[in-house]
Order: sequence, then structure tokens, then C-alpha cells
Amino acid sequence: MSKVPGGVLTAVKKVRGGVKVDHHKNTADMEVVRIPTPETVVIPMQMHIGAPCEPVVKPGDTVAVGQLIGDTDKFVSAPIHASVSGTVKAVGDVKLPNGTLSKAVTIESDGEMRLWEGIEPPKVENREDLLKAVRASGLVGLGGAGFPTHVKLAFPQDKGIDTLVVNAAECEPYITVDYRECLDNSWNIISAVYTLKELLGFKNVIIAAEDNKPEAFKVLKNIADKDNNDDDAVKLMVLKSKYPQGAEKMMVQSATGRKVPPGKLPADVGCVVMNVASVSYLSRYLKFGKPLVSRSLTVDGSAIANPKNVRVPIGTNIGEIIDFCGGFKTEPAKIITGGPMMGLAIVGTDLPILKQNNAILAFDKNDAFIKKETDCIRCGSCAAACPLSLTPTNIVRATKAKDTDTLKRIGVNVCMECGSCAYSCPAGVPLVQYMRLAKTILREEASK
Amino acid sequence: MVNDKKLYVSASPHARSRKTTRSIMLDVIIALIPALIASGVIFGLRALVVTAVSVVSCVVFEWAFRKFIVKRSNTIGDLSAVITGILLAFNLPSGIPYWMVVLGDFFAIVIVKQLFGGIGQNFVNPAIGGRIFMLLSFSSKMSEWTAPRAGFMNLGGVDALSGATPLVSDDLPKLMDMFMGVRGGCLGETCILALILGCLYLLINRVISPAIPFSFIGTVAVISAIAMLVKHEGAEYIAYQLMSGGLFLGAVFMATDYTTSPISTKGKIIFGIGCGLITCLIRLFGSLPEGVSYSIIIMNILTPLIERVTTPKPFGTPKKEKAEKKEAQA
Repeated sequence: MSKVPGGVLTAVKKVRGGVKVDHHKNTADMEVVRIPTPETVVIPMQMHIGAPCEPVVKPGDTVAVGQLIGDTDKFVSAPIHASVSGTVKAVGDVKLPNGTLSKAVTIESDGEMRLWEGIEPPKVENREDLLKAVRASGLVGLGGAGFPTHVKLAFPQDKGIDTLVVNAAECEPYITVDYRECLDNSWNIISAVYTLKELLGFKNVIIAAEDNKPEAFKVLKNIADKDNNDDDAVKLMVLKSKYPQGAEKMMVQSATGRKVPPGKLPADVGCVVMNVASVSYLSRYLKFGKPLVSRSLTVDGSAIANPKNVRVPIGTNIGEIIDFCGGFKTEPAKIITGGPMMGLAIVGTDLPILKQNNAILAFDKNDAFIKKETDCIRCGSCAAACPLSLTPTNIVRATKAKDTDTLKRIGVNVCMECGSCAYSCPAGVPLVQYMRLAKTILREEASK
Repeated sequence: MVNDKKLYVSASPHARSRKTTRSIMLDVIIALIPALIASGVIFGLRALVVTAVSVVSCVVFEWAFRKFIVKRSNTIGDLSAVITGILLAFNLPSGIPYWMVVLGDFFAIVIVKQLFGGIGQNFVNPAIGGRIFMLLSFSSKMSEWTAPRAGFMNLGGVDALSGATPLVSDDLPKLMDMFMGVRGGCLGETCILALILGCLYLLINRVISPAIPFSFIGTVAVISAIAMLVKHEGAEYIAYQLMSGGLFLGAVFMATDYTTSPISTKGKIIFGIGCGLITCLIRLFGSLPEGVSYSIIIMNILTPLIERVTTPKPFGTPKKEKAEKKEAQA
């Protein structure tokens, strides 16, 4: 590891609490490799926060890569495109990794990966063009949340939004695809940053990453400097490696010192936070017009034979991706999509990859170990770890008592479920689970 | 495909720290070992036997109560009963009759801890509860201080040095003896050096935060300095105040008990200052020779109130709202 180059900003305000997790960035030196075209893909119509799409193709239709296969007229949603060329085999319900059912389009690949003839670079000259193009691209937050990007960017012009934060923190252990994006596609990142800045009127752009990625800084800094010597509105920021540095509220706090109030969004304090892979993709879309049909993800964990960073068509079967990485070297005891801190444990590998999945991790019996829950000893580790100043142990107590007044007062809805509390709890209390239960109790009460 | 195989499916996070309740308690026990060795050197084998009796009774009481009376899970593996046993023994003179030790352990484990629901539920520190029970029940035996270095194998132990704890004696031991623990007193409280070593171990391993010990001892130092000026004493007066009684033992190992002290740093500092204040008030104006145990138990009881006013507001709560809430509470 070399030193972070000079002239880089440091956090305006440090993140409170958090936890030191082992980085396990085993795949950091591995370039992203494409997997062979899958024989079939299953593309769900719900891969984003918001309204699901309706399929616009039917069984028997011939489709090409990038062709629209699902859309809706609802605002908070993102259209869905075919990720392989071939024939639509089925349109029906499938189970998603989180256990819910969604309509999905199954495409049998012809192996040609033929591009749809309608693909052309979008004409983007002003804000409206850009928002339209972003929606058409089907882009959602690639960092894991899957929030439609065009919705995020469609903030009112008079809201006083002045700062774009490009999030390259990647604070979850194991995952290295954002880091690879910085190294391998830094030009794309910088070019999209200037487009966004110009068309959406950001005064400042801050590209922020953790200090365990000095190589990424080197690359980004060279490019940023060379292109714009006079304009210092685009800055790099180095952040201390600490989980959950990359959380949206934490990024806003680090970059600007502003705190997002409870129940509000970064836009309410004049910021927009975008994942670095989303930014990079946006620049490619503006150049070539190919919708979001594939993504990079890290395949790692103690049960994976050959950990890799891979680029896969959306809807590829998770089992097939694992097979490409040499399969399992030991019997897996837990498989998750996403990082170990906030990822989702899945029931099996016969599930499709979604737009927002940034990793597949498989762990053997030792690593899948869950601490036995014992009585809380009120050590305060959870409160010390909470970056949002909550006291999780009190929330647990109020949740068990179904004390909704207390739950509201102590602000459980501020919780972003980062898992820092449960990570540090010596008594093995599943604190995140209690937080979710508490929120459910409050939702139920509100709907009464 | 591994659908047919067994996979764990649980809520995130899927990574956990290695810290467990047991590992924390083990760290505390390790931190107590220097003081234990010192007690053996200073007060002889009987000090070690008293500690052993206390530890065994605490563990047996916890195991038996949970197994036969409330029929709940066995919790002796978390080692917290061992700590209660050691701490209670450290707060006793080494000549104490064994049956009294056992009775004190019973009070600490069964009455103070288990009747309130076991670990994490007690409202005062079990060892201090047990000690105060013994102070009130066996006041004379509890203040028969064994002379230091009366011979290692002296198991009879009633070779007492009555009433000669330095806080009330005119014949003061040398400062160096105070620091090394060669003085009359409870068996685990005298050797300041050993307690400081234990404290450092706990701080380095982040088992305790420095807030309580520093604010507690700091407050005693400040008030002692004022008393020194009023009483026209020399500077060593402060040193004697700090090193006598159970101040270090209490501030490092008893006041920092997780369950009975506030969680937030602000709360911990208030708690420590309160402990120091009450200790000094008892020492300067009370009829009791020593106030550390009482000060901690009083602050234990006040802990829920301290928590009420010091729990931090959730991230991003606007300042104005904070002020409004305060008004609403008042």
C-alpha cells in the first residue's frame, strides 16, 4: 500500500461510533472478468425500490440485448431490459432472494448476445434530457439499495442542492467492485461527474473513498487534475476506513458536515449521494446508449473455490456464477447477496442476480457461526457503535414491551440497520432484528 | 444448486465480533489477578482462602438457584459470578469467619442479582450489596483489620489490628507502604500498584471506559485538595485520601459495573463525580470510616435517572427540537 497523494480533502466531520471490521478485500487485485453467456436468464420485474414493472413481452417473442421487456408509468420505478439475446420462454412469478414473489421474464439465450438495433446514444443537452435518459437506462443505485437514479436526480431546482457526493467508500468487507471501477474506469467516473455537475447545477462534487484504497486515489487524482486545472469544484476526499462510512447519511456528514434530520433525505440538506459504479455506468450510457443489462459483482467467502470479480448479465442464476468461480470448496453454510454487514442471507442458489446485488458471498460452517443469544449485560457496546446516536439496548427493551411511545421518543425509525450494534454485542443479541421488529410495530400502530 | 442443502438464513449482520460476555468477564478476572497476588503476599494464605471460598459459594449459589428455584438456563459459564465472588472477598478483612463470607455471597448472588432476574437486571452491584449487608450485620468483624505481613501460613487470622484503617488512625503508614498496600484494610483494596495494573489492562482492552474511574478519583482528589487547604494539611493529605479505603478498587472494578452504571459517556462522568462527591462527604462529615461502597450503591440507584437525562438524541435531531423536548420534560 502506498501513501495517499497530497491535496486530497479529509472528512469535514468524522463519523461517530461504527465498528472496525476485517476488510477481507481479497479480490482487490482481480480485474473484473465476464462470465460466459448463460443459457437462460430470469429477469424479475422488481429490482428497485418503488413500483414493479409490467412485462411488455410475451412467451415466444424474440428479444435482443438492451431491448425493453418491462416498464410502468409510475414515477418511482425503473424500466427493465433484456440482458441476453434470444427467445422469451416464460412470463410468470418467481421468488426473489428476499422471499417475496415478483413477475419475471425468462429468456433462453441464443448465445449471440446480439445488441438491439434500437440502441443509440441519447441526445442530452439539458436537465430534462438527462433525467429522461437516466430513466430510460434503467439505472438504479448499484451500491445495494436499488433506488431509481432518475428519481434521486429529479430534485426541484429551487431546493438549494449544491453538492454531489460520489460514494466510493465501499465499507462492507469483501466487496471490491467499486474499487475496481475506480481503477479500471476512472475516465468514465470523471466524465459523468462533469456532465452531472453541468446539467444539474451542483456547485461542488466530492468523490470520497476510504483510506484503504490509495491506488484508487492516485488514478482519480491524476485524471481530475489534468482535465481541470482551474476548476477546483471537483475534489477527492479520503475517509478513515470504518464501517459504516459508506452509508448515505454518513457520507453527507463526512463530505459537508451536514446532518440529515430524522425522516429526511440527503436532498433536504442540499446533497445528493451516488454510488461510484452508478456514476461510471451513467457515463457509458450517455456515450453508447446501452441500458443497464449487466453488472459487476464480487464473488468471495470461505466456501468459494476461486474468488473473483465478475461481470454478469442481470438475471443470471446465482448457482451458475458460483460454478464459474470454481464452485464450492467446502460445503457452504450461509450464502448472502451483498456484504456481510447488510447483505441478505438466501435460501439457495437457484435465484437470479438483481441490478442492485454487488456481491455473492458463501461462507463455510466456521464463518457462518452465529453467537448464541444471552442476556444483555448493558455494556453499552451497541450505543457506542451506533453511528446515529441511538441506544439499541433501550430499543430492545421497549420493543419487547411494545412500548410505542418510547420507541418513537428514542427514534428507532432513524436506524438504517447498518448492523454495527449487533456486530459488537457480546451477548449475541440480534439487535438489527429487534430494530426491524420495532419499526414494524410502529408501522402497524400508524396504520390502525 | 444447493437448495436441498441446509443453509443458515438469519438477519444481518452476518459477521460478529469475537467479544462475548464470557471473554469480557475473563478480562476482568485477569485484571483482578495482580490484586489477588498482592493480597496473598500482604495478608497471607488466608486472604486467598477467603477469596476461594467466596468464589466457590457465588458460583454454587448461582448454579443452584437457577437450576432448582427458577429453573432457568445455567449461566455460571459467563463467569460473572466468579467476579462477584472475587470482588466481595476483596472487600472483606482477611480474618473474617468463612461462614460470614458464605452468607454475604448468598445475599449478593441470590438476593441482589438473581431475584431481580440475573445478569444485566440487578439494580445495584451484587458485590457491594453483599458487602453492605455484611457491614450492617457483622459490623465488628468487618472492621477487624488483619495486620499486614503477619506470616503467610497464618490461617487463624484473628490476629487483628483493630480499627487501624489509615483513614481513622493517627499512626499513618509511609506513602510507599500505602502504594504497595502494606497497611491494614480489606484484603484486595490495599495494593494501589496492583489495582492500577488491573485498570490499565481493562482500559487497553477497552473493557471499561476511562470516564468513571477518572471522574470518580478526580473528584475525590479535588475535594481532598480543598479539605487540605481548609484543614491546613500538607500535600500528602491528598495522597493518603486517594490511596486509603477502597477508592481504587471501587472506582476501577465496582463503579464500572456495566449493569449499574450509565451507558453514555456524559452519564458516566456524572456518575463518577457523584460517587466521588458522596465518598468525600461521608469521609469528611459522616460517622462511617469509609464511604466508597455507599457512594457507589447510591449512584447505582440514581443510574436510571442519570440515563434519562443523558441518553443522546438520535442523529440529526434539530437543536430547536431538543430544546423544546427539554422544556416538555421539565
